[in-house]
Order: sequence, then structure tokens, then C-alpha cells
Amino acid sequence: MLREFLTGRRILGAHLILVLLFLYGPIVMLMALSFNESGLATAWGGFSTKWYGALAANQDIISAALNSLIVATGSTLIAAPIGTLLALGLERAVKSSVLDALVFVPMIIPDIVLALALLSFYSLLQMTLGLYSILLSHVVFNIAFVAAIVRTRLNHFDPSIEEASLDLGASEVTTFFKITLPMIFPGIVAGALLAFTISMDEFVVAYFTAGPAQPTLPILIYSMVRFGVTPDINALATIVVLVSIVLLLAAQRFGTPLKALNE
Amino acid sequence: MKRIIGLRLVSLIALFGLLLAACGGPVTVAPTDVPTSPPVAAGKIVISNWDAYMPEDLLTNFTAETGVEATLALHATNEEIVGKLIASKGRGFDVVFVTGQFAQALDKLGLLAKIDHSKIPNLEQLYPEVSQLPFDPGNKFSVPYTWGTTGLCYRSDLLSYTPDSWLDLLQPSAEASGKTTMLATERWLMMPAQKALGFSVNTTDEAEMRQVADLLIETKRTLLAYDDTTFYSKLVSGEAVMVEAWDGWCNYGIGENPDIKFVIPKEGSDLWADTMVILASSENIDAAHAFINYVLSPEVGVWVATNILYKVPSRLAMEQLDPALIAQFPNLGMSPADLLLQEALQDLGLAQSLYTQLVTEILASGP
Amino acid sequence: MKKNIVQRLILLGPGLTWLAIFLLVPLGILFVYSFFQRGSFGGIVYEFTLQNYARAVEPLFVRIFLLSLKIAIVTTALALLIGYPVAYYIATSPARWRTVLLGLVVLPFWTSYLIRTYAWIVLLNSEGIINHMLLALGVNARLELLYTQSAITIGLLYGYLPFMILPLYAAIERLNPEYAEASADLGATPLKTFLTVTFPLTLRGVFAGALFVFIPSLGNFFVPELLGGGQEILLGNLIRDQFLKARDWPFGSALAFLTMALIMVLLFFQAWLANRERQATNVA
Repeated sequence: MLREFLTGRRILGAHLILVLLFLYGPIVMLMALSFNESGLATAWGGFSTKWYGALAANQDIISAALNSLIVATGSTLIAAPIGTLLALGLERAVKSSVLDALVFVPMIIPDIVLALALLSFYSLLQMTLGLYSILLSHVVFNIAFVAAIVRTRLNHFDPSIEEASLDLGASEVTTFFKITLPMIFPGIVAGALLAFTISMDEFVVAYFTAGPAQPTLPILIYSMVRFGVTPDINALATIVVLVSIVLLLAAQRFGTPLKALNE
Repeated sequence: MKRIIGLRLVSLIALFGLLLAACGGPVTVAPTDVPTSPPVAAGKIVISNWDAYMPEDLLTNFTAETGVEATLALHATNEEIVGKLIASKGRGFDVVFVTGQFAQALDKLGLLAKIDHSKIPNLEQLYPEVSQLPFDPGNKFSVPYTWGTTGLCYRSDLLSYTPDSWLDLLQPSAEASGKTTMLATERWLMMPAQKALGFSVNTTDEAEMRQVADLLIETKRTLLAYDDTTFYSKLVSGEAVMVEAWDGWCNYGIGENPDIKFVIPKEGSDLWADTMVILASSENIDAAHAFINYVLSPEVGVWVATNILYKVPSRLAMEQLDPALIAQFPNLGMSPADLLLQEALQDLGLAQSLYTQLVTEILASGP
Repeated sequence: MKKNIVQRLILLGPGLTWLAIFLLVPLGILFVYSFFQRGSFGGIVYEFTLQNYARAVEPLFVRIFLLSLKIAIVTTALALLIGYPVAYYIATSPARWRTVLLGLVVLPFWTSYLIRTYAWIVLLNSEGIINHMLLALGVNARLELLYTQSAITIGLLYGYLPFMILPLYAAIERLNPEYAEASADLGATPLKTFLTVTFPLTLRGVFAGALFVFIPSLGNFFVPELLGGGQEILLGNLIRDQFLKARDWPFGSALAFLTMALIMVLLFFQAWLANRERQATNVA
């Protein structure tokens, strides 16, 4: 019995290793190629950091990265408080499956549909598009992700603590700041980090709601990738991966946000 | 806990800061010295062009010369920029580079400003054929930046014969089958079959277009891909042996491998012009005209022809080209008169829906 | 009572207002557009018509719909087949390993999807690494890997696999191991235990994961574009092309709404199943 169990586990373990190979192979390959002098995918020309130099000289990429940073930071800063309030409202004030569904919609709507709806909306309003229109658009799904994660956090602690505080004569405001907020704080941070990363990498909505002269990083990558395989994209990919790892480690501090999302 | 977030954020910002510092080299800032000629117009304009389609220092030099600050936006395709301009009614853009038939559509939608010829002295030194382009006779709303035609770009060392007909692409021999690409953009996807069947590239006749679509559905089985960005590198790598290509882009391949040749099939081809247009919404029409005038100057023209390898409409520029360059890239030597023998693409109006529908049908057809 | 209203207003007001303005109104506009007509040169003619919906059910578009469905379903099924054992292994690992393994699975998901798609172009093209490796191994058959439906499926699977693994992991981790032990004690084979006890108890995770993979697969347009060589047109591309190429916003809007309708049907189905399962568990 035990032996059977162990063989089974061994097979599962081998499967996991294959899946990790599948997930990491392409990324590791890009990282390796970014140091390839020849710039070709098929011939190793020796170790070189020249593609990083080429990348560093590319002002477009730097400003696109900054644009992404502005959009992600801005939309997260707006979405985190709004999403937190929404989570509190839906968990503690109003139980409504219609509102639950509404808040769920931005997470499951195909991004192309959301993008075109927003484009039509801005067009009808005769808005001049720019970074701010991407930012406003990103807040839509960022609110939903923050709310979802904060709600799971709220679900996991006992409302009787809040009730006790109220019974003991603390005002609602005091209770919120002394009890509720500290309890859900890790959830807010995890939600904000998730929102930030999603916004940094979001392409479709940004592509359709971007203004004339300020592409975000994914928009720029899209236009680069369309023109085929060039070595400086490998260098860019390596940097993006490393930055993502830093962000993920940060998110890990506050529990795995995606896990919380699905509970 | 707060301190930890603080640290994380700081390290993140530090990382981006490092990135920035690493790139602090040549920041393109307009020189502050007195411009050589008095400013034509002050202010700022936003240009949108395809990536790497004009000299990198063009905007800096333009600013130095005119005092007008110019920002560059990039678009990947005509469709993308036209979609954006329709959505935003042109707001935010001043000068946009689009292909002729798209300029025509923008004009019909009322989004373009009239070109004031008196503000563009450099129009004088363009070939006279420039004002005869069927989508905009007299250059009322557009001025060509580059122009050319479409043909077959092929590896003469990998093909045992010399292609001279669109049918060589549409019904490829066994040795070429599976190693050809066609342009993915609707009008150029249709064009080879339209020409092979003897129709106009602007036909709106449903029966004719039905035949075109049927032929292209047959062709699809033999294609490697529809591709309008990387086809020449597929030729260089040998993934493809024959591709439908714009003349200038074929030149990129020729530059990397002299065995790559370009031919205009005997059935004829299209005439396209990538044009500059000014948006009606532009708040700086004078500066926009100044920009177009600057781009049309012979110096810029020579740079474009030499580096982008496309023909430019400036006669002075074309006459200055190094004969060796034309010997290496023969299609640069094509005369405007020859170019005008090809059929110019025009906007299709309502029939655009028919084209999109048929392209969809072609792409959705099974292998 | 009054305090309650103020409290609700503060809590729900900002979020619901934002969603109303930037989600419901835009979707409403798109919905209204779907009943108008395209102008001669693009643009919208404000005249009521059902033509867009009639066109959407023409065989050509139905075929694209079905092909997109097929690719999304195959992607989802593969993600489930590959993802379930991974989730199971991680969820049944010692606690200290779980976070590490889960982190490893999620990490690629946090890097640019476009760049990961690009990596597959480098890997799969006929002059690319896989073909060169085959050549080095003495296999002289050049595989046409890129620009196929399989390449699209691989690209989508690669992008969305973590979406499947995470909810599965959450479902399996919550599982009470005593059920499986009881089943084994009663003499059931491990396979039977898995099929009759473990799997049914994690159905909710399966549906959640399936939904998170299926929906984005259905609407994605850049993977078919980059890995499909522009030779396949899927729902996402079709909708985008109506807005950009055909300049036919009304028809594009109609297609977008039909996609939404399909997803809504699936969501209701999922909710119904989840509900049924919850009742079944409660009875058990």
C-alpha cells in the first residue's frame, strides 16, 4: 500500500518537473539568448552584455516603462481604497448577489470586450486619450481584484471581534481603524500588489485606450515583437522577468494573492 | 509591516532608477542655441509614424530649425492609426503618416485639414507625378512621403526558375509550396489574385471578388504564413523562398543577401503612397505644414531613400542618390512614370465591408 | 436607519459609481451600437437595424465561433489534464514545500505574456531551436510547428495554465483526507477512490479553473496573431478587426455581445453546478 502510494507520488513528481520545464524552458532560453553575442537563437557567439547596452540606449523603452509604472501606480492607488470599501460594504453592509455579480464582471469579461466598450465610451465623450485614460480603465478591473482579495480576508476573521469592540463602547470609526483595518491590511496589500502587477502587464485595454504619444511597455513590446525576433527584446524580457520576481517575492510576504482570489 | 512595504517599494523604485541611470546617455533634448532660421511657428506638434520609418534625429533637427517641438507617436498598422483617429476624431494628433487609400477615407470622414500649398515650398521640387495620384489629385489633403509598388521578392539561389507572374505565388510549384508568404493587410492580400484574374485592385464587383476569394482560398493551403512585418527575414533565413513584398521591404532582404531579387509580375501591380496628412483638429496647422515641408527637403529625402530604401517623391533627392545604391537595389531606380503605370489603391467606401468579409472567409477556410 | 444609509453610501458609493461609469455605461454604449449601421467610410449611422445580429449567425461567422470554441475547449481540457496532477501533488506536499512550489508555478505568469509568447516564436519557428535540436539528434524532418493551430493552443495553454492550477490547488488543499482514507479502508482502489471521492469533491475548483482558462482563451487575439501566422482568424481577432480593419463598429459590437452572452450562459451553468454540488456536500 505504502509502496504503491510512493510510486504514485513519484510519477506525480516527475509530472511536476516536466510542467516546470514547460513553464520555465522558454523563459530561461530568452535569458540565455540575451547574453548571446551573436544575437541569433541558433548559434552561440560567446557571452556578451551588448544587447543590454543596446536596450539602455533605447529611450523609447525607458519612457514606456515609466509610462507603465505611472499607470500601474496610479490605478492601484485609486483602486486599493475603493476596492477595500467595496469589499467591506459587500461583506458587512449589503448582501446582494446582483452586486456580487457586478463586481465579478471585470474579472471575467474578455479584455477585448472591455477595451472596445471603453474606447467607444471615450470616443463618444470626445476625450483626448492619454496615459490617464489607460489609468482610469485599469481602475475598473483593479477595483474588482482588490475587492475580491480583501473579501476573502474579511471572510477569514471573526466578525464577533468587531461586535465586541462596539459592545465595549468604541465608535464604529474607532473600531474600523483599531480592529478591522489592521486585520484586513495584509489583504489590502496583497490586493494592491496583484492590481499593480496586472496593470503593469495589461496589454489589450491599454492598446485600445492609449493616447497618441505615450505607449506603455506592453504596447511597445507588442510593436517590437510584431517585427520579429531581435536580440534586444531578449534583454528586455530578462529585465522584466527579474523585476517580476522581485514583485512576486513582495507579494509572497502577504500570502499568495491568487490563491486567495480563488477561495 | 508598513516598513516592509516601504522597503519593497523602495527597492522597486531603485531598480527602475538603476535602469534609468544606465540609460542616462544621449537624452534627446532640443538644443537651446538660437535656431539657424527664424522659427516658422512656435508650439508643439504630435506626429504619428510607423516605427523606424524616418531618421532618428529628424525631430531634433526639425526643432532646431523651426523652434517647433515635435513628439513622435508610433503606430504598427494603417488600420490601428485610422481606428484611433476615428475613435478620437483626430484629437491629439497633428501630422500622421498613412497610406493613400487610408488618407482618402480619413478625408471622406472629414478628419483632415486642407493642405495649403503656399506653406510648403518644397512641393516645388517633387516629381510632377505626385499631383496625379488618383486617390488625391492635386494633393488637396495628403502629400506623399514615400511611394512604390508591390511585387515578388524571392531567393534566386533557392528557386530553379525566375518567377514573373502572380500565379507563381498563387499556385506555387512543388519546390516553393509551403515556403511562400503573402501580405496580411487586406488590400495587399487581395491584390495578387485581383491582378492575376485581370481585375482592378479597386473592384467592388461582388462576382469578381468571389473569384478572387476562391483563388486565395486555394492559395492559402500552400502558404507558410500571412506576414507583413517579418517576411524578408523569413527569406533571409530560408524559411520562405518567395514572398509578396513591398519594394522597399524587399530591399531589406537584398541588403542582407544579394541572391534575393525583386520582380513586378507581368500582370501588373499596385501603386501605393505613404502620405503625410494634417488633422483638421490640429491646433497648430502652421507648424504641421512646416513639418511636412521639412520632411520633403532633399536632404531628408536622400536619407530616407538611402536608409529606409524606399523611393521618395523628391526629384532633387532621387537625382542625388549614389548610382551604386541603385545598382544594388534596382527597384529604387524605377521612374515615377513607370510607377504611375501601376494601379493606385483607392478607398472602397461601403465595399470595404465586402473585402473584410472575404478576407475573414479566406482566413477561416480550413487547411 | 439613517446611519445605515450613510454607511452604505461611504462603503459602496465610490466603487459602484466607478463600475457604473467605466463598466456599465461603456457596455451599454457598445450594446446600443450593435443595433446601428456602419457609415460609408466607417463611423456609425444612427439607424436601428437587426442586420448585425443576422450577419453574425451567417455560416462564416458561426464557423469562426466554433473554431474559437474548439481551441478554447482543447486548451481548457489540456490545462485540466496537465494542471490537476500538479495541483494535487502540491496540495499534498508538506506545508513548507507548498508555498515554494506554488510560487514556482505562478512566477512565469507574472512576466509579460507578450514576451512569453515571443519566446515560443523563437522556439518553434522552422529555423528555430527545436528544429535545430532535432537536426542535431539526426532527425532530418523539419517540423512545421509555428503558424499552426497547435502553436496557438500551446501559446494559450502556456499563458493560462496557472489559472487552472491555482483554484484546483485551493480545492484540493481544503479536502479532508479522511474521506479518501475511509474510501481506501472500505477496500476501494486508489483509482476508484480518486474518481468517486476526491475528484467529485474538487469539482468547484475544476469549474473555476476551467472558467479562468476558457474565457481569456476565447477572447485572446495576439496569440493567434503571433503564433498562428495570421492564418487563423479567431473570435478575438474577428472582433478587433471589425473595429480596426472593417471600421464596422456596430458589427464588432454585436459580435462582442454574442461572446458575452455565451460567457454568461457558461457562468450560470457553473453557478448552478456549484450550487448543486454544495447541496450534495451538505447532505453528505
